[in-house]
Amino acid sequence: MTSITKTITKALEKEDGHVHEHHEPKSYSNPYLVGIGLGLVLLAAFVIMGRGLGASGALSTIVAVAVNTIAPEHSTGNNFYSEYIGDGSTNPLMDWLIFQTLGVLAGGFLSGTISHRVFKGVEKGPRISTRMRFVYAFIGGGLLGYGAKLARGCMSGQALSGGAVLNLGSWVFMMMVFAGGYAAAYFMRRQWT
Amino acid sequence: MNAPFFKFDYFNSDVSLIIAFVIGIAFGIALEKGGFGRATILASQFYFTNMRVLKVMFTAIVTAMLGLYFLSVIGFVDLSLVYLTQTNLLPMAVGGFIAGLGFIIGGYCPGTSMVALATGKLDAMIFVGGMIFGILVFGEMFPGIEEFFNSGFMGTVTLPSYFNLSYGLVVFLVVLMAIGAFTAAEWGEKKMAAKTGKEVL
Repeated sequence: MTSITKTITKALEKEDGHVHEHHEPKSYSNPYLVGIGLGLVLLAAFVIMGRGLGASGALSTIVAVAVNTIAPEHSTGNNFYSEYIGDGSTNPLMDWLIFQTLGVLAGGFLSGTISHRVFKGVEKGPRISTRMRFVYAFIGGGLLGYGAKLARGCMSGQALSGGAVLNLGSWVFMMMVFAGGYAAAYFMRRQWT
Repeated sequence: MNAPFFKFDYFNSDVSLIIAFVIGIAFGIALEKGGFGRATILASQFYFTNMRVLKVMFTAIVTAMLGLYFLSVIGFVDLSLVYLTQTNLLPMAVGGFIAGLGFIIGGYCPGTSMVALATGKLDAMIFVGGMIFGILVFGEMFPGIEEFFNSGFMGTVTLPSYFNLSYGLVVFLVVLMAIGAFTAAEWGEKKMAAKTGKEVL
Protein backbone atom coordinates (compact mmCIF):
# COMPACT_ATOMS: atom_id res chain seq x y z
CA MET A 1 0.00 0.00 0.00
CA THR A 2 2.66 2.49 1.03
CA SER A 3 4.67 1.89 -2.13
CA ILE A 4 1.56 2.55 -4.25
CA THR A 5 0.93 5.80 -2.36
CA LYS A 6 4.55 6.76 -2.86
CA THR A 7 4.40 6.12 -6.61
CA ILE A 8 1.24 8.16 -6.92
CA THR A 9 2.68 11.02 -4.88
CA LYS A 10 5.85 11.00 -6.97
CA ALA A 11 3.86 11.01 -10.22
CA LEU A 12 1.76 13.91 -8.97
CA GLU A 13 4.86 15.80 -7.93
CA LYS A 14 6.36 15.35 -11.36
CA GLU A 15 3.25 16.65 -13.04
CA ASP A 16 3.16 19.53 -10.62
CA GLY A 17 6.68 20.44 -11.64
CA HIS A 18 5.66 20.67 -15.26
CA VAL A 19 2.68 22.88 -14.65
CA HIS A 20 4.33 25.50 -12.43
CA GLU A 21 7.32 27.73 -13.10
CA HIS A 22 8.32 27.31 -9.46
CA HIS A 23 11.54 25.27 -9.06
CA GLU A 24 11.66 22.53 -6.47
CA PRO A 25 14.96 22.28 -4.57
CA LYS A 26 17.11 19.54 -6.10
CA SER A 27 18.01 16.58 -3.89
CA TYR A 28 21.49 16.39 -2.41
CA SER A 29 24.29 14.60 -4.22
CA ASN A 30 25.58 11.11 -3.55
CA PRO A 31 27.62 11.33 -0.31
CA TYR A 32 30.50 9.24 -1.66
CA LEU A 33 30.81 11.45 -4.76
CA VAL A 34 30.70 14.57 -2.59
CA GLY A 35 33.34 12.99 -0.36
CA ILE A 36 35.63 12.40 -3.35
CA GLY A 37 35.09 16.01 -4.47
CA LEU A 38 35.80 17.34 -1.00
CA GLY A 39 38.87 15.10 -0.76
CA LEU A 40 40.19 16.49 -4.06
CA VAL A 41 39.68 20.07 -2.80
CA LEU A 42 41.61 19.17 0.34
CA LEU A 43 44.33 17.49 -1.74
CA ALA A 44 44.59 20.65 -3.87
CA ALA A 45 45.09 22.72 -0.70
CA PHE A 46 47.89 20.36 0.41
CA VAL A 47 49.61 20.31 -2.97
CA ILE A 48 49.32 24.04 -3.73
CA MET A 49 49.72 25.52 -0.24
CA GLY A 50 51.12 22.74 1.95
CA ARG A 51 48.23 23.18 4.37
CA GLY A 52 44.69 21.90 4.78
CA LEU A 53 41.29 23.55 5.11
CA GLY A 54 39.94 25.45 8.10
CA ALA A 55 36.95 27.32 9.43
CA SER A 56 37.20 28.36 13.09
CA GLY A 57 40.51 30.19 12.55
CA ALA A 58 38.87 33.00 10.57
CA LEU A 59 36.46 33.79 13.40
CA SER A 60 39.34 33.72 15.93
CA THR A 61 41.21 36.33 13.91
CA ILE A 62 38.10 38.52 13.73
CA VAL A 63 37.54 38.23 17.50
CA ALA A 64 41.21 38.99 18.23
CA VAL A 65 41.20 42.03 15.91
CA ALA A 66 37.96 43.30 17.47
CA VAL A 67 39.36 42.97 21.01
CA ASN A 68 42.60 44.62 19.89
CA THR A 69 40.70 47.55 18.37
CA ILE A 70 38.56 48.13 21.46
CA ALA A 71 41.20 47.46 24.14
CA PRO A 72 44.74 47.22 22.66
CA GLU A 73 46.50 47.09 26.04
CA HIS A 74 44.21 44.21 27.05
CA SER A 75 44.95 42.04 24.00
CA THR A 76 48.73 42.50 23.85
CA GLY A 77 49.17 40.88 27.27
CA ASN A 78 47.16 37.85 26.16
CA ASN A 79 49.03 35.14 24.24
CA PHE A 80 45.85 33.87 22.55
CA TYR A 81 44.91 37.23 21.00
CA SER A 82 48.46 38.28 20.20
CA GLU A 83 49.11 35.11 18.21
CA TYR A 84 46.25 36.01 15.84
CA ILE A 85 47.18 39.70 15.69
CA GLY A 86 50.86 39.13 14.95
CA ASP A 87 53.70 41.58 15.45
CA GLY A 88 52.07 44.45 13.56
CA SER A 89 54.18 44.06 10.40
CA THR A 90 51.24 42.56 8.48
CA ASN A 91 47.49 43.16 8.52
CA PRO A 92 45.99 40.22 10.48
CA LEU A 93 42.83 40.35 8.34
CA MET A 94 44.83 39.63 5.18
CA ASP A 95 44.83 36.04 6.28
CA TRP A 96 44.58 32.74 4.38
CA LEU A 97 41.73 31.36 6.49
CA ILE A 98 39.70 34.57 6.25
CA PHE A 99 39.83 34.50 2.46
CA GLN A 100 39.16 30.78 2.40
CA THR A 101 36.10 31.28 4.64
CA LEU A 102 34.82 34.10 2.40
CA GLY A 103 35.13 31.57 -0.42
CA VAL A 104 33.07 29.03 1.55
CA LEU A 105 30.29 31.60 1.97
CA ALA A 106 30.42 32.40 -1.76
CA GLY A 107 30.63 28.74 -2.83
CA GLY A 108 27.78 27.71 -0.53
CA PHE A 109 25.57 30.49 -1.87
CA LEU A 110 26.49 29.70 -5.48
CA SER A 111 25.80 25.97 -5.17
CA GLY A 112 22.60 26.58 -3.21
CA THR A 113 21.34 29.08 -5.79
CA ILE A 114 21.99 26.74 -8.73
CA SER A 115 20.10 23.92 -6.99
CA HIS A 116 17.25 26.17 -5.73
CA ARG A 117 18.15 25.53 -2.13
CA VAL A 118 18.61 29.09 -0.85
CA PHE A 119 15.64 30.13 1.26
CA LYS A 120 15.09 31.75 4.63
CA GLY A 121 14.36 29.10 7.21
CA VAL A 122 15.13 27.50 10.56
CA GLU A 123 16.56 23.99 10.78
CA LYS A 124 14.84 22.00 13.52
CA GLY A 125 12.70 18.98 14.24
CA PRO A 126 8.89 19.22 14.59
CA ARG A 127 8.82 18.99 18.38
CA ILE A 128 10.68 22.19 19.31
CA SER A 129 9.85 25.90 19.06
CA THR A 130 11.93 28.24 16.93
CA ARG A 131 12.78 30.21 20.05
CA MET A 132 14.24 27.16 21.84
CA ARG A 133 16.06 26.19 18.65
CA PHE A 134 17.77 29.59 18.68
CA VAL A 135 18.75 29.14 22.34
CA TYR A 136 20.32 25.76 21.57
CA ALA A 137 22.01 27.14 18.45
CA PHE A 138 23.69 29.84 20.54
CA ILE A 139 24.76 27.43 23.32
CA GLY A 140 26.04 24.89 20.79
CA GLY A 141 27.90 27.56 18.86
CA GLY A 142 29.49 28.76 22.09
CA LEU A 143 30.62 25.24 23.01
CA LEU A 144 31.99 24.66 19.51
CA GLY A 145 33.89 27.93 19.50
CA TYR A 146 35.40 27.15 22.89
CA GLY A 147 36.11 23.48 22.17
CA ALA A 148 37.68 24.18 18.77
CA LYS A 149 40.07 26.73 20.30
CA LEU A 150 41.05 24.35 23.09
CA ALA A 151 41.69 21.63 20.48
CA ARG A 152 43.65 23.93 18.12
CA GLY A 153 41.12 23.45 15.33
CA CYS A 154 37.66 22.26 14.36
CA MET A 155 36.12 19.56 12.16
CA SER A 156 37.76 21.12 9.07
CA GLY A 157 41.22 21.92 10.41
CA GLN A 158 41.63 18.95 12.72
CA ALA A 159 39.30 16.08 11.80
CA LEU A 160 39.34 16.49 8.01
CA SER A 161 42.74 18.03 7.23
CA GLY A 162 44.68 16.49 10.13
CA GLY A 163 42.89 13.19 9.55
CA ALA A 164 44.11 13.00 5.95
CA VAL A 165 47.76 13.57 6.96
CA LEU A 166 47.38 10.94 9.71
CA ASN A 167 48.01 13.42 12.52
CA LEU A 168 47.67 11.64 15.88
CA GLY A 169 45.98 14.51 17.74
CA SER A 170 43.53 15.05 14.88
CA TRP A 171 42.34 11.45 15.03
CA VAL A 172 41.92 11.70 18.81
CA PHE A 173 39.95 14.92 18.25
CA MET A 174 37.73 13.27 15.63
CA MET A 175 36.90 10.28 17.84
CA MET A 176 36.09 12.60 20.74
CA VAL A 177 33.79 14.73 18.56
CA PHE A 178 31.75 11.64 17.70
CA ALA A 179 31.85 10.58 21.39
CA GLY A 180 30.55 14.00 22.51
CA GLY A 181 27.85 14.03 19.84
CA TYR A 182 26.56 10.55 20.62
CA ALA A 183 26.79 11.18 24.38
CA ALA A 184 24.43 14.16 24.21
CA ALA A 185 22.21 12.98 21.32
CA TYR A 186 19.65 11.36 23.63
CA PHE A 187 19.13 14.61 25.56
CA MET A 188 18.78 16.59 22.34
CA ARG A 189 16.27 14.24 20.68
CA ARG A 190 13.36 16.69 21.08
CA GLN A 191 15.28 19.22 19.03
CA TRP A 192 15.94 16.97 16.05
CA THR A 193 13.49 14.06 15.93
CA MET B 1 60.13 17.48 -5.53
CA ASN B 2 58.17 20.56 -6.53
CA ALA B 3 55.14 20.58 -4.30
CA PRO B 4 53.69 22.06 -2.09
CA PHE B 5 54.05 24.90 -4.62
CA PHE B 6 53.83 27.69 -2.02
CA LYS B 7 56.79 26.23 -0.11
CA PHE B 8 58.87 26.44 -3.26
CA ASP B 9 58.04 30.14 -3.75
CA TYR B 10 56.07 29.61 -6.95
CA PHE B 11 53.89 32.56 -5.91
CA ASN B 12 53.78 35.18 -3.14
CA SER B 13 51.39 35.47 -0.20
CA ASP B 14 49.13 37.99 -2.00
CA VAL B 15 48.47 35.38 -4.67
CA SER B 16 47.93 32.79 -1.92
CA LEU B 17 44.91 34.82 -0.74
CA ILE B 18 43.29 34.53 -4.17
CA ILE B 19 44.01 30.79 -4.09
CA ALA B 20 42.47 30.65 -0.60
CA PHE B 21 39.30 32.25 -1.93
CA VAL B 22 39.07 29.84 -4.90
CA ILE B 23 39.72 26.78 -2.74
CA GLY B 24 37.13 28.12 -0.28
CA ILE B 25 34.54 28.34 -3.07
CA ALA B 26 35.15 24.70 -3.99
CA PHE B 27 34.97 23.73 -0.30
CA GLY B 28 31.66 25.60 0.07
CA ILE B 29 30.18 23.97 -3.04
CA ALA B 30 31.14 20.49 -1.80
CA LEU B 31 29.63 21.09 1.65
CA GLU B 32 26.40 22.49 0.18
CA LYS B 33 26.04 19.66 -2.35
CA GLY B 34 26.52 17.15 0.46
CA GLY B 35 23.56 18.60 2.36
CA PHE B 36 25.83 19.97 5.10
CA GLY B 37 24.12 23.37 5.08
CA ARG B 38 21.24 21.79 6.98
CA ALA B 39 21.40 21.07 10.70
CA THR B 40 18.65 18.44 10.48
CA ILE B 41 20.79 16.36 8.10
CA LEU B 42 23.97 16.84 10.15
CA ALA B 43 22.23 15.95 13.42
CA SER B 44 20.64 12.78 11.98
CA GLN B 45 24.16 11.28 11.99
CA PHE B 46 23.76 10.99 15.77
CA TYR B 47 20.40 9.21 15.53
CA PHE B 48 21.70 6.68 12.97
CA THR B 49 18.99 7.73 10.50
CA ASN B 50 21.31 9.39 7.96
CA MET B 51 25.05 8.69 8.00
CA ARG B 52 26.00 11.36 5.43
CA VAL B 53 28.44 13.05 7.82
CA LEU B 54 30.45 9.88 8.27
CA LYS B 55 30.29 8.91 4.58
CA VAL B 56 31.34 12.29 3.20
CA MET B 57 34.00 12.86 5.82
CA PHE B 58 35.67 9.46 5.60
CA THR B 59 35.52 9.43 1.79
CA ALA B 60 37.16 12.86 1.75
CA ILE B 61 39.85 11.80 4.23
CA VAL B 62 40.58 8.61 2.27
CA THR B 63 40.67 10.48 -1.07
CA ALA B 64 43.05 13.19 0.14
CA MET B 65 45.16 10.67 2.08
CA LEU B 66 45.57 8.33 -0.90
CA GLY B 67 46.29 11.25 -3.25
CA LEU B 68 48.89 12.73 -0.97
CA TYR B 69 50.50 9.35 -0.32
CA PHE B 70 50.66 8.56 -4.04
CA LEU B 71 52.11 11.99 -4.89
CA SER B 72 54.75 11.62 -2.18
CA VAL B 73 55.71 8.10 -3.31
CA ILE B 74 56.33 9.29 -6.88
CA GLY B 75 58.35 12.18 -5.44
CA PHE B 76 56.05 15.01 -6.46
CA VAL B 77 55.07 16.23 -2.98
CA ASP B 78 57.48 16.60 -0.09
CA LEU B 79 55.34 15.35 2.81
CA SER B 80 57.67 16.94 5.37
CA LEU B 81 56.63 20.36 4.06
CA VAL B 82 52.91 19.72 4.58
CA TYR B 83 51.74 21.39 7.76
CA LEU B 84 50.98 19.22 10.78
CA THR B 85 49.28 20.65 13.86
CA GLN B 86 51.21 19.85 17.02
CA THR B 87 49.60 17.29 19.30
CA ASN B 88 48.61 18.20 22.86
CA LEU B 89 46.76 15.04 23.71
CA LEU B 90 44.50 15.93 26.66
CA PRO B 91 43.46 19.45 25.55
CA MET B 92 42.65 18.06 22.10
CA ALA B 93 40.60 15.21 23.54
CA VAL B 94 38.69 17.54 25.91
CA GLY B 95 38.27 20.16 23.17
CA GLY B 96 37.00 17.48 20.80
CA PHE B 97 34.42 16.28 23.32
CA ILE B 98 33.21 19.86 23.96
CA ALA B 99 33.06 20.44 20.19
CA GLY B 100 31.02 17.23 19.81
CA LEU B 101 28.53 18.48 22.42
CA GLY B 102 28.39 21.79 20.57
CA PHE B 103 27.78 19.95 17.29
CA ILE B 104 24.67 18.06 18.49
CA ILE B 105 23.33 20.95 20.60
CA GLY B 106 23.97 23.66 18.02
CA GLY B 107 23.41 21.57 14.89
CA TYR B 108 26.47 22.74 12.97
CA CYS B 109 30.25 22.81 13.00
CA PRO B 110 32.15 26.00 12.05
CA GLY B 111 32.50 25.24 8.31
CA THR B 112 28.97 23.92 7.80
CA SER B 113 27.47 26.89 9.68
CA MET B 114 29.01 29.20 7.04
CA VAL B 115 27.27 27.26 4.26
CA ALA B 116 23.99 27.25 6.20
CA LEU B 117 24.34 31.00 6.76
CA ALA B 118 24.97 31.55 3.04
CA THR B 119 21.84 29.57 2.16
CA GLY B 120 19.54 31.54 4.47
CA LYS B 121 19.33 29.51 7.68
CA LEU B 122 18.56 31.82 10.60
CA ASP B 123 19.62 29.29 13.25
CA ALA B 124 23.06 29.22 11.61
CA MET B 125 23.31 32.98 12.08
CA ILE B 126 22.62 32.55 15.81
CA PHE B 127 25.10 29.64 15.90
CA VAL B 128 27.86 31.81 14.40
CA GLY B 129 27.04 34.47 17.04
CA GLY B 130 27.43 31.75 19.67
CA MET B 131 30.80 30.69 18.22
CA ILE B 132 32.09 34.27 18.36
CA PHE B 133 30.95 34.43 21.99
CA GLY B 134 32.62 31.07 22.78
CA ILE B 135 35.91 32.18 21.21
CA LEU B 136 35.76 35.46 23.16
CA VAL B 137 35.16 33.54 26.41
CA PHE B 138 38.11 31.28 25.56
CA GLY B 139 40.29 34.32 24.85
CA GLU B 140 39.32 36.02 28.09
CA MET B 141 39.95 32.83 30.07
CA PHE B 142 43.20 32.10 28.24
CA PRO B 143 45.69 33.38 30.86
CA GLY B 144 44.05 31.00 33.37
CA ILE B 145 43.91 27.95 31.11
CA GLU B 146 47.14 28.49 29.18
CA GLU B 147 48.93 25.85 31.21
CA PHE B 148 46.29 23.22 30.40
CA PHE B 149 46.18 24.35 26.74
CA ASN B 150 49.90 23.61 26.41
CA SER B 151 49.86 20.41 28.47
CA GLY B 152 50.36 16.92 27.03
CA PHE B 153 52.71 18.28 24.37
CA MET B 154 53.96 15.57 22.02
CA GLY B 155 55.29 17.69 19.15
CA THR B 156 54.17 16.87 15.62
CA VAL B 157 53.35 13.20 15.75
CA THR B 158 51.54 11.04 13.18
CA LEU B 159 49.81 7.68 13.56
CA PRO B 160 52.67 5.89 11.70
CA SER B 161 55.36 7.43 13.89
CA TYR B 162 53.41 6.89 17.13
CA PHE B 163 52.59 3.24 16.48
CA ASN B 164 55.91 2.64 14.72
CA LEU B 165 54.24 1.39 11.55
CA SER B 166 55.07 2.25 7.96
CA TYR B 167 53.13 5.12 6.38
CA GLY B 168 51.78 2.85 3.65
CA LEU B 169 50.47 0.30 6.15
CA VAL B 170 48.55 2.96 8.11
CA VAL B 171 47.11 4.30 4.84
CA PHE B 172 45.94 0.76 4.05
CA LEU B 173 44.44 0.29 7.54
CA VAL B 174 42.54 3.60 7.29
CA VAL B 175 41.10 2.50 3.93
CA LEU B 176 40.01 -0.81 5.49
CA MET B 177 38.45 1.01 8.44
CA ALA B 178 36.59 3.36 6.10
CA ILE B 179 35.19 0.47 4.04
CA GLY B 180 34.07 -1.19 7.28
CA ALA B 181 32.44 2.06 8.45
CA PHE B 182 30.64 2.54 5.10
CA THR B 183 29.31 -1.01 5.17
CA ALA B 184 28.07 -0.54 8.74
CA ALA B 185 26.54 2.84 7.83
CA GLU B 186 24.61 1.43 4.84
CA TRP B 187 23.36 -1.48 6.91
CA GLY B 188 22.38 0.78 9.84
CA GLU B 189 20.51 3.23 7.61
CA LYS B 190 18.44 0.42 6.08
CA LYS B 191 17.63 -0.91 9.54
CA MET B 192 16.58 2.53 10.78
CA ALA B 193 14.56 3.22 7.64
CA ALA B 194 12.66 -0.04 8.16
CA LYS B 195 12.04 0.93 11.79
CA THR B 196 10.93 4.52 11.27
CA GLY B 197 9.41 4.09 7.82
CA LYS B 198 11.20 7.22 6.59
CA GLU B 199 13.33 7.51 3.50
CA VAL B 200 16.94 8.62 3.84
CA LEU B 201 17.47 12.11 2.41
